[in-house]
Amino acid sequence: MINLHSKNNHVLGTISHTLPFIAKVTTNFDLPKALRSKQILFVSQTDQDIPDGFGLILIASDDHYGSIENALRLAPELRYLKEHDVIKFYPDNLKIDVLYRKEANTNSFLVTEQCNSFCIMCSQPPRVVDDYYLVEDMLAALPLIHPDTHEIGITGGEATIWGDDFIRLIQASKNHLPNTALHILSNGRNFKDLNLAIKVAAVKHPDVMFGIPLYADYSQLHDFIVQADNAFDDTIRGILNLKRCKVPVEIRVVIHKENYQRLPKLAEFIARNLLFVDHVALMGLELMGFAKSNLEGLWVDPYDYRNELGKAVETLAASNMRVSIYNTPLCVIPESIRRYSASSISDWKNDYLDECLNCSAKHECGGFFSSNLKKVSDYIHAI
Amino acid sequence: MSLLGKRFKLIEDFDQSTEGSYELLPARFAVLDDSRYILSNDVGEFLVISRTQLSDYIKKKVSRHSDFYFDLKSKSFLIDADSNVAIDLLALKYRTKAQQISRFTALHLFVVTLRCDYTCQYCQVSRQTDDKNAYDMSEETANKALDLVFKSPSPAIKIEFQGGEPLLNFKLIQYIVATAKEINLVHHKDLQFVITTNLSLLNDEVLAFCIEHNICLSTSLDGPENLHNANRPRPKQNGYQLTVDGIKKAQLVLGNDKIGALMTTTEKSLPNVKSIIDTYLENNLNCIFLRPLSPYGFAVKTKQAYKYDVDRWFEFYKEGLDYVLEINKQGFKFVELYTELIINKLFSPFSTGYVDLQSPSGAGISAIVYNYDGDVYASDEARMLAEMEDTKFRLGNVHTDSYEDIILSDVLLDTLEASLSESIPMCTDCGFLPYCGTDPIYHYATQGDVVGNKALSGFCSKNMKIFRHVISLLEDDPEARKILLSWVRT
Repeated sequence: MINLHSKNNHVLGTISHTLPFIAKVTTNFDLPKALRSKQILFVSQTDQDIPDGFGLILIASDDHYGSIENALRLAPELRYLKEHDVIKFYPDNLKIDVLYRKEANTNSFLVTEQCNSFCIMCSQPPRVVDDYYLVEDMLAALPLIHPDTHEIGITGGEATIWGDDFIRLIQASKNHLPNTALHILSNGRNFKDLNLAIKVAAVKHPDVMFGIPLYADYSQLHDFIVQADNAFDDTIRGILNLKRCKVPVEIRVVIHKENYQRLPKLAEFIARNLLFVDHVALMGLELMGFAKSNLEGLWVDPYDYRNELGKAVETLAASNMRVSIYNTPLCVIPESIRRYSASSISDWKNDYLDECLNCSAKHECGGFFSSNLKKVSDYIHAI
Repeated sequence: MSLLGKRFKLIEDFDQSTEGSYELLPARFAVLDDSRYILSNDVGEFLVISRTQLSDYIKKKVSRHSDFYFDLKSKSFLIDADSNVAIDLLALKYRTKAQQISRFTALHLFVVTLRCDYTCQYCQVSRQTDDKNAYDMSEETANKALDLVFKSPSPAIKIEFQGGEPLLNFKLIQYIVATAKEINLVHHKDLQFVITTNLSLLNDEVLAFCIEHNICLSTSLDGPENLHNANRPRPKQNGYQLTVDGIKKAQLVLGNDKIGALMTTTEKSLPNVKSIIDTYLENNLNCIFLRPLSPYGFAVKTKQAYKYDVDRWFEFYKEGLDYVLEINKQGFKFVELYTELIINKLFSPFSTGYVDLQSPSGAGISAIVYNYDGDVYASDEARMLAEMEDTKFRLGNVHTDSYEDIILSDVLLDTLEASLSESIPMCTDCGFLPYCGTDPIYHYATQGDVVGNKALSGFCSKNMKIFRHVISLLEDDPEARKILLSWVRT
C-alpha cells in the first residue's frame, strides 16, 4: 500500500503560496532558472546547497536545515516521490496529494465524488458536494504528465455529470498526451443522450476506453444494485449509443452475493445483445466504502462462485469476446479459466498474504486489494 | 430481511412492474417432445419450457419473482413497466441477423464445363464427351459473367468453379482468375476462389496455380473405397484412390485448411455412416457434411432420390452425429457441418449465410450460377432442374441480359417473395422458423409449387427432426452440449 495523500509535512521557512500549487517534481538542481518557479525540487541527499527559485522544495530526509523559503520537510510516507511525478500542495494545511506517479501501473484522476447512482458495493461512496476543482486540477496536471505514460484514467463519482467539461477533459488528454491510453469509468447512463456520445466521438481520441458496469441481465436486479430506477435501460442505451459512435466500451461486472447466481445468464445476455463491446471484465469485490459497510449482505467467497464464473467466462470466450477476470487471486479461480485472469489492481493498493510467499504463481497473480486483506477467501492456498 | 445498511432500499423498491402486467414480445413455439416446447423469437433466442410454463407465459400468469420470468425478460420474450430496452435490443438483433441480405450476392458459381471423367449415378448434370465446344464455357461468356459478378454490392466475392469436372477446362479457370483479379484492382473486394473437383486431374501445374492465387479445393468423398467407387464410378474403378491421393497431395502442398470434402448419401451409404466418417478421419479431414441426396437431375431419373425416405435418412444422420460426438468425447475435434449450422443459428447473433436455410431464400441473392452457355440460374439446384428441361429458375443469359434484367427479373423476385418463411403457411407460426428456410426450388421440384404444402414436405420433415434432435441433445446431454457449443463461430 502506497499513500497518495499526507498532511504530515512541515514548513522549513516562509511559504509564499496562497493558493494550491500543482507542479511537477524534479531532481535537477541545475534546472534553468526561468523554469524553476513552476517545478518542485525533490532533495533526498544531504550536504547539498539548496538552489534558489523553485516553486517548492521537498526535503526527503530528516537532516538539519536552516530556514528555507518555500521548503517543506516531506512526510516520510511520501518520500518515494520521483522525478516527473506530479503533486498538489495545499499551503493552508500543508497537505500534499500525489496526482501522478510516473512509475505507477496506472494513474487515475478522480474528477468528482458526485454520482447519479448509489451502488450497494461502491468503493468510492458518492457525496453531494461542489467539487469542480477536481476538473480544474486534472486540466492543470495533464500538461505536466510525462508523454511516455502508458495509460491514465478518469474516475468518479460519475464523470459525465460535468457535461461539456467532461468532453474538455478528454480533449485535453488527447492534446497533451496523444500517445497515452485513456480509460474512463462511467455508469454509462448519461450516454442515453446520443449527443453526448457524438461529442465524445468527435474528440477522436486515438485510444480511449469506457469501462461501464452491467450487474445483471434484467432491469430489476441491476436497478437495485445501483439503487436507481431505469438505470439498466439507461446504461444499455448508453452502451449502444457509444458503440454506434464507434467509441470503445468495456463492460465491468462486479460479482457479489446479489448477482453471482445469474452470472452465466448475464454472460449469455452480453454475448447475444452486446457482442460488439470490446472487453468484458468480471471483477471481485473491493472491500472499501459501501462494500465494506454492506459486507454481510455482499460477501460471497470467490471459491463458492467458481462454477458460475467458469460458465460465464466460457460463454463469453466461446463468442470470441475478450474477457478478463479481475481482482481475484489465481488459487480460487478454476484452473481451466486461469488464463483469463489479469493483474488489475493499481500498484498503490495491491498486497499479498504471507501464504503467497510460498506460491509459485505469485508473479502471475493479481493478489489482493490492500483493503481486502482482512476478509479473504477461505480457500487461499499456495500453488 | 435486508443485510444492507439502512440507507439502501430493497429490491422490491426498484421493481416498477406489477404482477401479471407484462407485454408479450413476438414469439413462436413448437413441440419439442412429449413434455417440452421450444419458445423462440424472431432473432433466434430460445427457451425450452414445459407446457405449463408456455401456457402461463401466454396467459400472462408468470410470477414476476420467478427465475422463469427473468429468463423470459433476459431473452427478449417480454417487457414490463420496469424496462422496455428489449425493444431496442430486438431491433438491433434483427438488423444483425438480416445484414446478410443487404450485402447481397457473395457466392458466384462458374460452370466452366459439363464434361466429366466420372459416370456417377446420382449426378445431376455431367456429360461424357470429348466435344469441347458443346459443353465448355468460352472466354467471351466468362467475361460477360465477370461483369455481372462485380456488379454485386457484396464486399466479399467468392468465385467457385463447378462442372462437370472444372479442371477439364483449366485454361478457362486460369483466364477467369487472372481477369477477376485485374478487375478487382478497381473494386478492392475480398476476392476468393474455390475449385470443386474430383481431383483426378490434380497435377503440379494446378497446385502451383492454387498456391499462387490462394485457391481452395473442394472435392467429393463418399466413404470407404467400395462405397465411394460404387457411388462414383470411373471407367477404371480407381476413383477412390485418385481422390485420397489428391486430398493428401493438396493437404501437403496447400495446407489442411485449403481442401475440404463433401459426401453424398445414397441408399448404399445408409448402413455405413461410421465407416464413412472413419474414411474422413483417416484422410485427415476434420469435418463432414452429412447430406441427403437432392431430388434433381439423374438422381430423379434413376429414382435414387426416392429410394429412401426422410425417416431412414434421419436415422443415418442421427447415428452419424452420435458417432461424431463420440469422436469428440475421445478428444479429437471433428465437426458435422449441418449440425454446426444449426448450432450457429441457435447461438450466434449473425446469420449463417447458408442458402437453403434463409428467409428469404438465398437463391440469386446469396449465390448465383453462370452456366457454361451463359445462362444464369438462381442456384445450383435451379441449373440441375434446367438440365431436366425445366428452365423455371433461369434468370437470363449473360449475353443478352443486364445485371438489372437478371436481378430484377420476375422469376427471381417472385421466387424470393414466395420464400419468406414469415408469410408461408405452416412456417409463419412454427417455433423453428428462425433456424429454418423454405427452399422454393426444392418445393417446386417435388411438389410443383414454390411454396408447397409443408405437411408433405421432405425438407420440412427433415429439418424439424434435426432441430428437435439437436435441441434435445443440448438440453439433455451436458457433455454433448459442451461439444456442440464449441462449434459456435461468431
